[in-house]
Amino acid sequence: MALAFDEFGRPFIIIKEQESKTRLRGLDAQKANIAAGKAVARILRTSLGPKGMDKMLQSPDGDVTITNDGATILEQMDVDNQIAKLMVELSRSQDYEIGDGTTGVVVMAGALLEQAQRLLERGIHPIRIAEGYEMGSRIAYEHLEHIAQKFEFDATNIQPLIQTCMTTLSSKIVNRCKCSLAEIAVKAVLAVADLERRDLNLDLIKVEGKVGGKLEDTELIYGIIVDKDMSHPQMPKEIQDAKIAILTCPFEPPKPKTKHKVDIDTVEKFQTLRQQEQKYFDDMVQKCKDVGATLVICQWGFDDEANHLLMHRNLPAVRWVGGVELELIAIATGGRIVPRFQELTPEKLGRAGLVREKAFGTTKDRMIYIEHCANSRAVTIFIRGGNKMMIEETKRSIHDALCVARNLIRNNSIVYGGGSAEISCSVAVEAAADKYPGVEQYAIRAFADALDSVPMALAENSGLQPIETLSAVKSQQIKENNPCCGIDCNDVGTNDMCEQNVFETLIGKQQQILLATQVVKMILKIDDVISPSDY
Amino acid sequence: MAVEKLFKDEATEEKGERARMASFIGAMAIADLVKTTLGPKGMDKILQSTGRGRSVTVTNDGATILKSLHIDNPAAKVLVDISKVQDDEVGDGTTSVVVLAGELLREAEKLVNVKIHPMTIISGYRMAAECARNALLEKVVDNKQDAEKFKSDLMKISMTTLSSKILSQDKEHFAKLAVDAVMRLKGSTNLEAIQIIKKPGGSLKDSFLDEGFILDKKIGIGQPKRIENAKILVANTAMDTDKVKIYGARVRVDSMSKVAEIEGAEKVKMREKVQKIISHGINCFVNRQLIYNFPEELFADAGVLAIEHADFDGIERLALVTGGEIASTFDNPESVKLGQCKLIEEIMIGEDKLIHFSGCEMGQACTIVLRGASSHVLDEADRSLHDALCVLSQTVNDSRVLLGGGWPEMVMAKAVDELARKTPGKKSHAIEAFSRALLAIPTIIADNAGLDSAELVSQLRAEHHQEGSTAGIDVISGSVGDMVERGVSEAFKVKQAVLLSATEAAEMILRVDEIITCAPRRREDRM
Repeated sequence: MALAFDEFGRPFIIIKEQESKTRLRGLDAQKANIAAGKAVARILRTSLGPKGMDKMLQSPDGDVTITNDGATILEQMDVDNQIAKLMVELSRSQDYEIGDGTTGVVVMAGALLEQAQRLLERGIHPIRIAEGYEMGSRIAYEHLEHIAQKFEFDATNIQPLIQTCMTTLSSKIVNRCKCSLAEIAVKAVLAVADLERRDLNLDLIKVEGKVGGKLEDTELIYGIIVDKDMSHPQMPKEIQDAKIAILTCPFEPPKPKTKHKVDIDTVEKFQTLRQQEQKYFDDMVQKCKDVGATLVICQWGFDDEANHLLMHRNLPAVRWVGGVELELIAIATGGRIVPRFQELTPEKLGRAGLVREKAFGTTKDRMIYIEHCANSRAVTIFIRGGNKMMIEETKRSIHDALCVARNLIRNNSIVYGGGSAEISCSVAVEAAADKYPGVEQYAIRAFADALDSVPMALAENSGLQPIETLSAVKSQQIKENNPCCGIDCNDVGTNDMCEQNVFETLIGKQQQILLATQVVKMILKIDDVISPSDY
Repeated sequence: MAVEKLFKDEATEEKGERARMASFIGAMAIADLVKTTLGPKGMDKILQSTGRGRSVTVTNDGATILKSLHIDNPAAKVLVDISKVQDDEVGDGTTSVVVLAGELLREAEKLVNVKIHPMTIISGYRMAAECARNALLEKVVDNKQDAEKFKSDLMKISMTTLSSKILSQDKEHFAKLAVDAVMRLKGSTNLEAIQIIKKPGGSLKDSFLDEGFILDKKIGIGQPKRIENAKILVANTAMDTDKVKIYGARVRVDSMSKVAEIEGAEKVKMREKVQKIISHGINCFVNRQLIYNFPEELFADAGVLAIEHADFDGIERLALVTGGEIASTFDNPESVKLGQCKLIEEIMIGEDKLIHFSGCEMGQACTIVLRGASSHVLDEADRSLHDALCVLSQTVNDSRVLLGGGWPEMVMAKAVDELARKTPGKKSHAIEAFSRALLAIPTIIADNAGLDSAELVSQLRAEHHQEGSTAGIDVISGSVGDMVERGVSEAFKVKQAVLLSATEAAEMILRVDEIITCAPRRREDRM
């Protein structure tokens, strides 16, 4: 380890406990980092595309997750390496921002790192590589905009949206019924979307799953499902035209926040207190009844006595409903969440056309459906499937599809999938590279090569000859000047993604390229890794 | 340059072939484990718990066996999970689903070994499963309209389900019990309304279905042992000391005499409460919570039968049977709905006294009393009966019925085989493999019964070559027979669930090409 000396030749202690740290510097550090990044990308590479494989992940507690969603795989992996963690972050930010393409972004970054390693070996300075990549990404970004197409849809013509969602779903295990799932996702998004402002809040779509049944039974419900049952077994199971009081206060005697004691020292006090208590319950139920509520949904529990009183007054109630669900119910039914019984007024009640309890399977599983709500701006996608892992994976896939649909509503530009956008960018970047004088030219060319790796991985996963297929498609693109040519993963017989209806969103692709370049630049700029050594 | 360490300590990663091997082997091991319990001549397993007491369970219920295993292999966990779901969803076929998934993977392994891509296998399996399901759909019989026939269908189904269990000796008896119980539910799938009481002693044959309701409780001392035309108040209320629920209240007194006064007041309060309850005009009071001696005495004085500490399910069922509502406040006697029944009496089963409510208003709930030589026998009988009840209650809703005895598998295999011949490309291998996996089920059933499976299955196959054949394996006589004559039926819903979940699980495991195991969470040392 390098040491600094002062004028008397004594060493400066720069880093605390310097001896117990390991340190990698210069080219070694870069190479180690690149290797780590590549290792992560290699894991995800086989998950890319419609023929991509899944990963089975066992958590520290022994739970099994099976998925091919890049973000999920990386999140669940017990990664220790710092650079690998950067890649995990990369995939996560793509997930937050776009929701889809989490695998692709990591594969892209891995390819950029691989190319960078070659350049480093030639002795090109990492900063020059980073700059070259930056230029390359800018060219690709602009080129994408150039080849992007607007596509038109509206509330009645949703077919294009469904097509795009299907592209997303086709790489997941649910591709057996991608058509119906895509339709569900699109309808859900359109139900909550604000087409005027071109925006929507995904929180309004609740994705609920229950094991059992089959994937085809998955349905979209214009309303809310709550995994609860009526608080008293004899309450009615179906309520028409419900007026719902949404409460966040328990049906229990009040508990003042300030510390206090009520001392009972005489018989009279004992009796008044008792009467007081009974009056509390009576009042609470009476207040709900007075405002005309026909269903009470409460965030907290009920006392036995209150429960019976509710039942007795024919006021069905649901208890222990979670905060998020409560909010959704409030949005859907147009009601207000009421924190005090005193503040209940008829205007604050929510309205729903039908509330019913439904039982599943042979066990004691019941759920409450709240449908035909006053405001249908909150919907639920209810997933059924053979086992727990299937449901979880379907949830993730639906989430991806929802994100894609949302992105399209925000910005209706698309590019064609199947690696065609990457190939087209690669051609454009390659052509532009020659115009740049200086060392960056090499980096830009490397960037073009890295772009090829996504279609390459696609071809590899689909069991095609990667190099042969890629070069054929590339030459076809140039010859026909058609940026829609991609890898024919499903063996349909045509390379034209326009005919195969394989779309991806423009912002998704642009984001992938930008994010991947940024992370790679960051990794390249690290020339010193100091870490506590193993003990 | 190799990466030194990507994962945390103890986290492992298995890739490609090795990962696939690991999951195949794990899944097949699980399938082989439960394989021998399949079919009417399947064997049982003894499970010993590691907990204190080393309690022993003897069962041949697939879900029960798998639930109690501690498994480390992730693929095996997938199979355990599907069996659990099958149990929750339809109640029966828990073994078949695991065996079928295991067989599908066994066939897949062979295909992978000859270098067919897992994705190709999956798409073949998918086509085959769809085709098999359609084949079944074509052959289903629905007798919903004809009540007589429907009942005989139910009878057959429950006999088929029970024949593979410990109850097979008395399957007719139990099948009748189960059908009667389910018919009383009138289409509801709420099996809670059927109460199963297990009392050791006697033989399995002595088990019976009681139309009324039996509560496993004793009648308080000094209270009437027999009530005719009972009016029952079902309650969930504290009958010990009625606590003041207002937060922060506490009793603070400065002299002994005050304590006595308050105690007196408490007693008065309790007396009032009892008085209120009695003023409902009841002669039977059933409470979920404890009833202390003092109120009990008051009830006895009033000639009211008081039953304490009936558990929650008991209360719910009782309310369901008698049509009363579960009350917790007693201020409005006129509007509380009371439960009614013709007769309450104490009966003896074996050595225990139980309370029997008969002639109830709503006949929805009922009680099955199981008798048997030991608690293990009873537990297993309970599980078997539960399976039968589940299947029946599902069949009442979805009344499509198939024949049993390996007939559905043969029908599916035939359809799938035909599909394989029509399909060009590598997929056809996978489709063929699917049909082989389907055939494995009758083979295993025959093997378990000690029959010559190769001979029987090939005979069966020849029989099925004709259109509309009803042949299946008759395990009892050890030959191929007509399943319609033998009265062996199965519910369509069960078969469909087996087919779909097994394919889904196999598909899921096949898609995996990498297993990443995180370091197990450290348990706190219990030193």
